[in-house]
Amino acid sequence: MTAPNSSKTMRTPLARVRSLGASHSGTSDFWRQRVTAVAMTLLIVPVIVVVLMLIGSNQAGAKQIFSSLPIAIIMLLFIVASAWHMKIGMQVVIEDYVHNEKIKLASVMANNFFCTAVALASIYAILKMSSGV
Amino acid sequence: MTARIERPLSPHLQTYRWTLTMALSIVHRATGVALYFGTLLLAWWLIAAASGPGAYANVQAFTGSIIGKLIVFGYTWALMHHLLSGLRHLVWDLGYGFKASEREALTWGALIGGVSLTVLVWIAAYAIGGGR
Repeated sequence: MTAPNSSKTMRTPLARVRSLGASHSGTSDFWRQRVTAVAMTLLIVPVIVVVLMLIGSNQAGAKQIFSSLPIAIIMLLFIVASAWHMKIGMQVVIEDYVHNEKIKLASVMANNFFCTAVALASIYAILKMSSGV
Repeated sequence: MTARIERPLSPHLQTYRWTLTMALSIVHRATGVALYFGTLLLAWWLIAAASGPGAYANVQAFTGSIIGKLIVFGYTWALMHHLLSGLRHLVWDLGYGFKASEREALTWGALIGGVSLTVLVWIAAYAIGGGR
């Protein structure tokens, strides 16, 4: 795109250089959605292997498997990437379909709460098992 | 800004002929939403494993039931489909695969690949678990 004639635009030169747009966050959500997607693509095979390892084991066995350092790290990385990815994804869905401003605000906030709670609960469970408590 | 001007409206979804890529676009979103709520199951399972034998037995009773198995099977398919469908989007993000034949091939690939991977994972699961 060619630079617009500065006398015909309301945007300041600083705003144009920052290129963050009306959202003030630019394409950061778009980019993070892709970063977390690629992270999960790399992690999916180890995660499936971990899940398959857990089939048929009882709680003691499951705890034993999760207390392994590489397995705990793989699961933690996957939980962080997926929580982040789904937070952005659900926000896009809400912004597409919820048009009432107040309900939209409440939904986006609830989405943040849900993703944070699911992520923290899962992370806590992994850390508890890997510390052997 | 007082009088409301009748502007021409852009045609909406129902006006267009349904295409494979359109349908799969919605499936991608639907599987994403399903996976979103499916993380509750994952969190429940992890918390149960960290809590104790009783809590873990509850999860196993649920995932061993018919409804539980159906949900976990559906979750596996949603995950595999969303993964491959997402990879398709990454290809498009990089600027490739926009020819009619290419985007059809990518979309069929995601559809067939998602089902195949789901079946493969469940065959592996049954082979390991002995049909638990």
